[in-house]
Amino acid sequence: MKIVIIKYNAGNIQSVSFALERLGYQAEITADHDAIRNADKVIFPGVGEASTTMAYLKSEGLDQLIPSLKQPVLGICLGMQLMCSHSEEGDTPCLGIFDEKVKKFIAPPKDSGNIKIPHMGWNQLTNVREPLFNKELENEYVYFVHSFYVATGPDTAAESNYIHPFSAALRKDNFYATQFHPEKSSKAGEQILRNFLEM
Amino acid sequence: MLAKRIIPCLDIRNGQTVKGVKFLDIKEVGDPVELGALYAQQGADELVFLDITASHEKRKTFVDLVKRIAQHINIPFTVGGGISELSDADALLSAGADKISINSSAVRNPQLISDMAQHFGSQFVVVAIDAKQIAGDDWTVTVNGGRIPTEKRLFSWAREAEERGAGEILFTSMDHDGVKQGFANEALARLSDERGIPIIASGGAGAKEHFKDVFTKGKADAGLAASIFHFNEIPIPELKAYLKNEGISIR
Repeated sequence: MKIVIIKYNAGNIQSVSFALERLGYQAEITADHDAIRNADKVIFPGVGEASTTMAYLKSEGLDQLIPSLKQPVLGICLGMQLMCSHSEEGDTPCLGIFDEKVKKFIAPPKDSGNIKIPHMGWNQLTNVREPLFNKELENEYVYFVHSFYVATGPDTAAESNYIHPFSAALRKDNFYATQFHPEKSSKAGEQILRNFLEM
Repeated sequence: MLAKRIIPCLDIRNGQTVKGVKFLDIKEVGDPVELGALYAQQGADELVFLDITASHEKRKTFVDLVKRIAQHINIPFTVGGGISELSDADALLSAGADKISINSSAVRNPQLISDMAQHFGSQFVVVAIDAKQIAGDDWTVTVNGGRIPTEKRLFSWAREAEERGAGEILFTSMDHDGVKQGFANEALARLSDERGIPIIASGGAGAKEHFKDVFTKGKADAGLAASIFHFNEIPIPELKAYLKNEGISIR
Protein backbone atom coordinates (compact mmCIF):
# COMPACT_ATOMS: atom_id res chain seq x y z
CA MET A 1 0.00 0.00 0.00
CA LYS A 2 1.27 3.43 -0.93
CA ILE A 3 0.68 6.10 1.69
CA VAL A 4 1.43 9.75 1.03
CA ILE A 5 1.62 12.53 3.59
CA ILE A 6 1.13 15.83 1.81
CA LYS A 7 4.22 17.94 2.34
CA TYR A 8 3.61 21.60 3.07
CA ASN A 9 4.54 24.16 5.69
CA ALA A 10 2.83 22.33 8.56
CA GLY A 11 4.35 21.52 11.92
CA ASN A 12 3.33 17.95 12.61
CA ILE A 13 4.31 16.11 9.43
CA GLN A 14 7.22 14.33 11.12
CA SER A 15 5.00 13.27 14.04
CA VAL A 16 2.41 11.77 11.68
CA SER A 17 5.13 9.92 9.79
CA PHE A 18 6.56 8.52 13.05
CA ALA A 19 3.08 7.42 14.18
CA LEU A 20 2.64 5.45 10.94
CA GLU A 21 6.07 3.86 11.43
CA ARG A 22 5.01 2.71 14.90
CA LEU A 23 2.08 0.94 13.22
CA GLY A 24 4.42 -0.69 10.72
CA TYR A 25 3.67 1.57 7.73
CA GLN A 26 6.05 3.68 5.70
CA ALA A 27 4.73 6.89 4.19
CA GLU A 28 6.18 9.12 1.53
CA ILE A 29 6.19 12.82 2.40
CA THR A 30 5.73 14.72 -0.83
CA ALA A 31 3.97 17.60 -2.60
CA ASP A 32 4.32 15.93 -6.00
CA HIS A 33 0.92 15.86 -7.66
CA ASP A 34 1.39 12.52 -9.44
CA ALA A 35 2.62 10.82 -6.28
CA ILE A 36 -0.36 12.17 -4.34
CA ARG A 37 -2.87 11.24 -7.05
CA ASN A 38 -1.49 7.69 -7.33
CA ALA A 39 -1.35 6.93 -3.60
CA ASP A 40 -3.73 4.46 -1.97
CA LYS A 41 -4.14 6.65 1.08
CA VAL A 42 -3.46 10.36 1.49
CA ILE A 43 -2.90 12.13 4.80
CA PHE A 44 -3.26 15.91 4.99
CA PRO A 45 -1.80 16.97 8.34
CA GLY A 46 -1.64 20.46 9.73
CA VAL A 47 -0.47 22.69 12.50
CA GLY A 48 -0.32 26.39 11.76
CA GLU A 49 -2.40 29.34 10.66
CA ALA A 50 -5.20 29.04 8.09
CA SER A 51 -4.61 31.98 5.72
CA THR A 52 -0.84 31.50 5.28
CA THR A 53 -1.33 27.77 4.86
CA MET A 54 -4.06 28.22 2.22
CA ALA A 55 -1.82 30.68 0.37
CA TYR A 56 0.90 28.05 0.35
CA LEU A 57 -1.47 25.32 -0.88
CA LYS A 58 -2.54 27.62 -3.73
CA SER A 59 1.04 28.35 -4.70
CA GLU A 60 1.62 24.60 -5.04
CA GLY A 61 -1.68 23.95 -6.85
CA LEU A 62 -2.69 21.69 -3.97
CA ASP A 63 -5.95 23.62 -3.49
CA GLN A 64 -7.13 22.17 -6.81
CA LEU A 65 -5.63 18.71 -6.36
CA ILE A 66 -6.85 17.80 -2.86
CA PRO A 67 -10.63 18.18 -3.47
CA SER A 68 -10.30 16.13 -6.69
CA LEU A 69 -8.79 13.06 -4.98
CA LYS A 70 -10.74 9.79 -5.17
CA GLN A 71 -8.89 7.61 -2.65
CA PRO A 72 -9.40 7.85 1.14
CA VAL A 73 -7.99 11.16 2.41
CA LEU A 74 -7.47 11.95 6.10
CA GLY A 75 -7.16 15.58 7.21
CA ILE A 76 -5.76 16.26 10.68
CA CYS A 77 -6.37 19.37 12.84
CA LEU A 78 -5.71 22.40 10.60
CA GLY A 79 -5.93 19.94 7.70
CA MET A 80 -9.56 19.28 8.67
CA GLN A 81 -10.33 22.98 9.01
CA LEU A 82 -8.85 23.73 5.59
CA MET A 83 -11.10 21.04 4.08
CA CYS A 84 -14.13 23.15 5.13
CA SER A 85 -15.60 26.02 3.10
CA HIS A 86 -14.34 28.96 5.15
CA SER A 87 -12.32 29.72 8.29
CA GLU A 88 -12.70 32.71 10.59
CA GLU A 89 -8.95 32.47 11.11
CA GLY A 90 -7.70 35.19 8.79
CA ASP A 91 -11.18 35.24 7.11
CA THR A 92 -9.93 32.52 4.79
CA PRO A 93 -11.83 30.79 1.97
CA CYS A 94 -10.84 27.11 2.22
CA LEU A 95 -11.08 23.95 0.09
CA GLY A 96 -14.85 23.49 0.38
CA ILE A 97 -14.87 19.70 0.68
CA PHE A 98 -17.07 19.90 3.77
CA ASP A 99 -19.85 22.48 3.60
CA GLU A 100 -18.97 23.82 7.05
CA LYS A 101 -17.60 27.07 8.43
CA VAL A 102 -14.72 27.10 10.92
CA LYS A 103 -15.39 29.41 13.87
CA LYS A 104 -13.35 30.69 16.80
CA PHE A 105 -14.11 29.42 20.29
CA ILE A 106 -15.52 32.23 22.42
CA ALA A 107 -14.88 31.87 26.15
CA PRO A 108 -18.02 32.28 28.25
CA PRO A 109 -18.02 34.96 31.00
CA LYS A 110 -15.45 34.22 33.70
CA ASP A 111 -18.01 33.84 36.50
CA SER A 112 -19.10 30.54 34.96
CA GLY A 113 -15.56 29.20 35.55
CA ASN A 114 -12.49 30.27 33.65
CA ILE A 115 -12.56 28.39 30.34
CA LYS A 116 -9.16 28.47 28.63
CA ILE A 117 -8.57 28.90 24.91
CA PRO A 118 -7.02 27.05 23.10
CA HIS A 119 -8.88 23.86 23.87
CA MET A 120 -5.76 21.94 24.81
CA GLY A 121 -5.52 18.44 26.18
CA TRP A 122 -7.45 15.18 26.30
CA ASN A 123 -11.17 15.16 25.70
CA GLN A 124 -13.76 12.48 24.99
CA LEU A 125 -15.26 11.30 21.72
CA THR A 126 -19.01 10.74 21.55
CA ASN A 127 -21.45 9.66 18.82
CA VAL A 128 -18.60 8.03 16.91
CA ARG A 129 -19.41 6.66 13.45
CA GLU A 130 -17.84 3.90 11.42
CA PRO A 131 -15.65 3.26 9.56
CA LEU A 132 -13.06 5.72 10.94
CA PHE A 133 -14.23 4.89 14.45
CA ASN A 134 -15.27 1.57 15.87
CA LYS A 135 -17.77 1.47 18.72
CA GLU A 136 -15.03 0.76 21.28
CA LEU A 137 -13.84 4.32 20.72
CA GLU A 138 -17.03 5.82 22.15
CA ASN A 139 -16.06 7.92 25.21
CA GLU A 140 -12.33 7.41 24.56
CA TYR A 141 -10.04 10.34 25.16
CA VAL A 142 -8.01 11.88 22.34
CA TYR A 143 -5.62 14.84 22.24
CA PHE A 144 -6.81 18.23 21.00
CA VAL A 145 -5.02 21.56 20.48
CA HIS A 146 -7.13 24.17 18.70
CA SER A 147 -8.73 27.60 19.04
CA PHE A 148 -11.10 27.21 16.08
CA TYR A 149 -13.81 24.57 15.68
CA VAL A 150 -16.43 23.16 13.33
CA ALA A 151 -19.98 22.92 14.69
CA THR A 152 -21.78 19.58 14.52
CA GLY A 153 -23.59 18.94 11.24
CA PRO A 154 -24.52 16.32 8.66
CA ASP A 155 -20.87 15.37 8.02
CA THR A 156 -19.96 14.98 11.71
CA ALA A 157 -18.32 11.57 12.28
CA ALA A 158 -17.58 12.06 16.00
CA GLU A 159 -18.36 14.76 18.53
CA SER A 160 -16.62 16.22 21.51
CA ASN A 161 -17.65 18.94 23.94
CA TYR A 162 -15.79 22.07 24.93
CA ILE A 163 -17.89 25.10 25.85
CA HIS A 164 -20.46 23.41 23.53
CA PRO A 165 -20.57 20.29 21.33
CA PHE A 166 -18.40 20.45 18.19
CA SER A 167 -17.20 18.13 15.43
CA ALA A 168 -14.26 16.03 16.60
CA ALA A 169 -14.27 14.38 13.17
CA LEU A 170 -15.93 14.77 9.77
CA ARG A 171 -16.58 12.42 6.91
CA LYS A 172 -17.97 12.94 3.42
CA ASP A 173 -17.52 10.32 0.70
CA ASN A 174 -13.78 9.48 0.57
CA PHE A 175 -12.81 12.43 2.77
CA TYR A 176 -12.17 11.89 6.47
CA ALA A 177 -10.90 14.41 8.97
CA THR A 178 -10.14 14.72 12.67
CA GLN A 179 -9.89 17.90 14.73
CA PHE A 180 -7.77 16.03 17.28
CA HIS A 181 -4.30 14.58 16.72
CA PRO A 182 -4.53 10.78 16.31
CA GLU A 183 -0.72 10.71 16.00
CA LYS A 184 -0.52 11.97 19.62
CA SER A 185 -3.56 10.20 21.05
CA SER A 186 -1.96 7.07 22.49
CA LYS A 187 -3.75 3.76 21.84
CA ALA A 188 -7.05 5.35 20.77
CA GLY A 189 -5.25 7.41 18.16
CA GLU A 190 -3.39 4.36 16.89
CA GLN A 191 -6.69 2.53 16.47
CA ILE A 192 -8.14 5.41 14.44
CA LEU A 193 -5.08 5.59 12.18
CA ARG A 194 -5.23 1.83 11.73
CA ASN A 195 -8.94 2.03 10.83
CA PHE A 196 -8.11 4.60 8.17
CA LEU A 197 -5.15 2.67 6.77
CA GLU A 198 -7.09 -0.60 6.65
CA MET A 199 -10.12 0.86 4.83
CA MET B 1 -15.12 16.87 29.41
CA LEU B 2 -11.58 18.15 29.10
CA ALA B 3 -9.36 16.08 31.41
CA LYS B 4 -6.84 17.45 33.89
CA ARG B 5 -3.38 16.43 32.77
CA ILE B 6 -0.70 14.52 34.70
CA ILE B 7 2.78 15.32 33.40
CA PRO B 8 5.99 13.57 34.47
CA CYS B 9 9.10 15.68 33.95
CA LEU B 10 12.45 14.11 33.05
CA ASP B 11 15.74 15.91 33.50
CA ILE B 12 18.26 15.00 30.82
CA ARG B 13 22.02 15.39 30.91
CA ASN B 14 24.12 14.23 27.97
CA GLY B 15 21.20 12.25 26.65
CA GLN B 16 20.50 10.34 29.86
CA THR B 17 17.90 10.86 32.60
CA VAL B 18 19.57 12.39 35.60
CA LYS B 19 17.59 11.27 38.59
CA GLY B 20 17.76 7.64 39.53
CA VAL B 21 14.75 5.63 38.66
CA LYS B 22 13.36 2.68 40.55
CA PHE B 23 11.53 0.70 37.95
CA LEU B 24 12.27 -2.97 37.77
CA ASP B 25 10.76 -3.32 34.33
CA ILE B 26 13.05 -0.77 32.71
CA LYS B 27 15.96 -2.31 30.91
CA GLU B 28 18.14 0.70 30.59
CA VAL B 29 17.64 2.84 33.65
CA GLY B 30 19.06 6.02 32.24
CA ASP B 31 17.31 5.93 28.89
CA PRO B 32 14.78 8.77 28.65
CA VAL B 33 13.00 7.17 25.70
CA GLU B 34 12.32 3.96 27.56
CA LEU B 35 11.25 5.78 30.71
CA GLY B 36 9.04 8.14 28.70
CA ALA B 37 7.45 5.21 26.87
CA LEU B 38 6.72 3.51 30.18
CA TYR B 39 5.05 6.66 31.54
CA ALA B 40 3.01 6.99 28.35
CA GLN B 41 1.89 3.39 28.66
CA GLN B 42 0.99 3.96 32.33
CA GLY B 43 -1.33 6.81 31.39
CA ALA B 44 0.79 9.97 31.55
CA ASP B 45 -1.01 12.66 29.53
CA GLU B 46 2.09 14.49 28.36
CA LEU B 47 5.80 14.44 29.05
CA VAL B 48 8.33 17.18 29.64
CA PHE B 49 12.03 16.63 28.86
CA LEU B 50 14.36 19.27 30.28
CA ASP B 51 17.89 19.40 28.95
CA ILE B 52 20.16 20.41 31.78
CA THR B 53 23.32 19.83 29.77
CA ALA B 54 25.46 22.85 30.45
CA SER B 55 27.71 22.92 27.42
CA HIS B 56 26.56 24.18 24.08
CA GLU B 57 28.35 21.51 22.04
CA LYS B 58 26.22 18.77 23.60
CA ARG B 59 23.04 20.32 22.24
CA LYS B 60 23.11 18.05 19.23
CA THR B 61 22.84 15.04 21.50
CA PHE B 62 19.59 16.47 22.80
CA VAL B 63 18.17 17.09 19.34
CA ASP B 64 18.98 13.50 18.41
CA LEU B 65 17.29 12.35 21.59
CA VAL B 66 14.18 14.41 20.80
CA LYS B 67 13.93 12.67 17.47
CA ARG B 68 14.11 9.27 19.16
CA ILE B 69 11.44 10.35 21.64
CA ALA B 70 9.17 11.47 18.80
CA GLN B 71 9.68 8.15 17.05
CA HIS B 72 8.77 6.04 20.05
CA ILE B 73 6.23 7.95 22.15
CA ASN B 74 2.57 8.27 21.21
CA ILE B 75 1.59 11.20 23.44
CA PRO B 76 2.54 14.91 23.24
CA PHE B 77 5.80 16.08 24.73
CA THR B 78 7.47 19.38 25.55
CA VAL B 79 11.20 19.97 25.50
CA GLY B 80 13.05 22.72 27.30
CA GLY B 81 16.44 23.87 28.49
CA GLY B 82 18.85 26.20 26.78
CA ILE B 83 16.48 27.39 24.07
CA SER B 84 17.37 31.01 23.40
CA GLU B 85 17.01 31.42 19.64
CA LEU B 86 14.47 30.64 16.96
CA SER B 87 16.96 28.26 15.36
CA ASP B 88 17.09 26.18 18.59
CA ALA B 89 13.30 25.85 18.55
CA ASP B 90 13.25 25.11 14.85
CA ALA B 91 15.69 22.21 15.27
CA LEU B 92 13.53 20.75 18.05
CA LEU B 93 10.31 21.18 16.05
CA SER B 94 11.89 19.45 13.06
CA ALA B 95 13.00 16.63 15.35
CA GLY B 96 9.36 16.12 16.34
CA ALA B 97 8.82 18.09 19.57
CA ASP B 98 5.20 19.18 20.10
CA LYS B 99 6.05 22.16 22.30
CA ILE B 100 9.10 23.94 23.60
CA SER B 101 9.44 25.63 26.97
CA ILE B 102 11.45 28.77 27.47
CA ASN B 103 12.38 30.20 30.84
CA SER B 104 15.44 32.35 31.61
CA SER B 105 15.91 33.25 27.96
CA ALA B 106 12.39 34.71 27.85
CA VAL B 107 13.00 36.75 31.01
CA ARG B 108 16.18 38.19 29.50
CA ASN B 109 14.58 38.71 26.11
CA PRO B 110 10.75 38.83 26.28
CA GLN B 111 10.60 39.47 22.53
CA LEU B 112 11.62 35.81 22.16
CA ILE B 113 8.09 34.77 23.22
CA SER B 114 6.52 36.97 20.52
CA ASP B 115 8.94 35.73 17.88
CA MET B 116 8.40 32.07 18.77
CA ALA B 117 4.60 32.44 18.83
CA GLN B 118 4.59 34.20 15.50
CA HIS B 119 6.90 31.66 13.88
CA PHE B 120 5.58 28.42 15.27
CA GLY B 121 2.15 29.26 16.71
CA SER B 122 1.15 29.77 20.34
CA GLN B 123 0.40 26.08 20.81
CA PHE B 124 4.14 25.41 20.47
CA VAL B 125 5.28 27.90 23.14
CA VAL B 126 5.25 27.13 26.85
CA VAL B 127 6.63 29.88 29.07
CA ALA B 128 8.11 28.39 32.22
CA ILE B 129 8.27 30.68 35.25
CA ASP B 130 10.31 29.86 38.35
CA ALA B 131 9.21 32.18 41.13
CA LYS B 132 9.89 32.71 44.83
CA GLN B 133 7.45 34.21 47.27
CA ILE B 134 8.62 37.47 48.83
CA ALA B 135 5.53 38.27 50.86
CA GLY B 136 1.85 37.44 50.52
CA ASP B 137 0.88 37.89 46.89
CA ASP B 138 4.29 39.16 45.87
CA TRP B 139 6.39 36.64 43.97
CA THR B 140 9.69 37.42 42.29
CA VAL B 141 10.59 35.66 39.07
CA THR B 142 13.98 33.93 39.23
CA VAL B 143 16.36 32.69 36.55
CA ASN B 144 19.11 30.08 36.35
CA GLY B 145 17.19 27.42 38.20
CA GLY B 146 15.97 29.75 40.93
CA ARG B 147 19.41 31.05 41.83
CA ILE B 148 19.05 34.61 40.54
CA PRO B 149 16.07 36.81 41.47
CA THR B 150 14.95 39.34 38.85
CA GLU B 151 12.94 42.55 38.78
CA LYS B 152 9.98 40.72 37.25
CA ARG B 153 6.96 39.70 39.29
CA LEU B 154 5.01 36.47 38.77
CA PHE B 155 1.53 37.76 37.92
CA SER B 156 2.57 40.64 35.68
CA TRP B 157 5.15 38.47 33.90
CA ALA B 158 2.55 35.76 33.29
CA ARG B 159 0.24 38.42 31.83
CA GLU B 160 2.99 39.69 29.55
CA ALA B 161 3.81 36.13 28.46
CA GLU B 162 0.18 35.53 27.50
CA GLU B 163 -0.07 38.87 25.71
CA ARG B 164 3.07 38.03 23.75
CA GLY B 165 1.52 34.78 22.58
CA ALA B 166 2.50 32.04 25.05
CA GLY B 167 0.22 29.01 24.71
CA GLU B 168 0.67 27.79 28.28
CA ILE B 169 2.32 28.86 31.53
CA LEU B 170 4.38 26.34 33.51
CA PHE B 171 4.69 27.84 36.99
CA THR B 172 7.18 26.34 39.43
CA SER B 173 7.17 27.61 43.00
CA MET B 174 10.79 27.52 44.14
CA ASP B 175 9.51 27.58 47.73
CA HIS B 176 7.53 24.39 47.22
CA ASP B 177 9.83 22.55 44.82
CA GLY B 178 11.41 19.48 46.40
CA VAL B 179 9.58 19.98 49.73
CA LYS B 180 6.79 17.53 48.87
CA GLN B 181 4.21 19.35 50.98
CA GLY B 182 1.85 20.28 48.17
CA PHE B 183 1.70 22.85 45.36
CA ALA B 184 1.49 26.67 45.71
CA ASN B 185 -2.28 26.53 45.34
CA GLU B 186 -3.12 30.11 46.27
CA ALA B 187 -0.79 31.63 43.70
CA LEU B 188 -1.86 29.00 41.14
CA ALA B 189 -5.54 29.78 41.61
CA ARG B 190 -4.89 33.48 41.08
CA LEU B 191 -2.81 32.74 37.99
CA SER B 192 -5.49 30.47 36.59
CA ASP B 193 -8.26 33.01 37.27
CA GLU B 194 -6.33 35.86 35.70
CA ARG B 195 -5.02 34.10 32.61
CA GLY B 196 -6.90 32.80 29.59
CA ILE B 197 -4.35 30.09 28.75
CA PRO B 198 -3.74 26.77 30.53
CA ILE B 199 -1.62 26.73 33.70
CA ILE B 200 0.70 23.81 34.45
CA ALA B 201 1.51 23.54 38.16
CA SER B 202 4.95 22.40 39.24
CA GLY B 203 6.76 22.08 42.54
CA GLY B 204 5.60 20.39 45.71
CA ALA B 205 3.97 17.11 44.75
CA GLY B 206 4.52 14.53 47.47
CA ALA B 207 1.17 12.77 47.82
CA LYS B 208 -1.89 11.94 45.74
CA GLU B 209 -3.94 14.47 47.71
CA HIS B 210 -1.63 17.23 46.50
CA PHE B 211 -2.82 16.63 42.94
CA LYS B 212 -6.46 16.73 44.00
CA ASP B 213 -5.77 20.05 45.73
CA VAL B 214 -3.88 21.53 42.80
CA PHE B 215 -6.80 20.79 40.45
CA THR B 216 -9.51 22.00 42.85
CA LYS B 217 -8.00 24.70 45.10
CA GLY B 218 -5.19 25.56 42.70
CA LYS B 219 -7.47 25.46 39.61
CA ALA B 220 -4.54 24.18 37.56
CA ASP B 221 -5.07 22.58 34.15
CA ALA B 222 -2.14 20.19 34.57
CA GLY B 223 0.08 18.94 37.38
CA LEU B 224 3.76 18.25 36.79
CA ALA B 225 6.13 16.25 38.97
CA ALA B 226 9.42 14.41 38.73
CA SER B 227 10.80 12.43 41.63
CA ILE B 228 7.54 10.95 42.90
CA PHE B 229 7.13 9.30 39.53
CA HIS B 230 10.79 8.40 38.98
CA PHE B 231 11.03 6.69 42.35
CA ASN B 232 7.61 5.12 41.85
CA GLU B 233 6.42 6.69 45.10
CA ILE B 234 3.12 7.40 43.39
CA PRO B 235 2.55 5.16 40.37
CA ILE B 236 0.63 7.03 37.67
CA PRO B 237 -2.19 4.45 37.35
CA GLU B 238 -2.78 4.63 41.10
CA LEU B 239 -2.76 8.44 41.05
CA LYS B 240 -5.22 8.62 38.18
CA ALA B 241 -7.55 6.06 39.75
CA TYR B 242 -7.51 8.05 42.98
CA LEU B 243 -8.28 11.36 41.22
CA LYS B 244 -11.10 9.81 39.19
CA ASN B 245 -12.57 8.47 42.39
CA GLU B 246 -12.38 11.97 43.87
CA GLY B 247 -14.49 13.29 41.00
CA ILE B 248 -11.68 14.98 39.06
CA SER B 249 -11.97 14.77 35.28
CA ILE B 250 -9.13 12.40 34.34
CA ARG B 251 -8.37 10.40 31.23
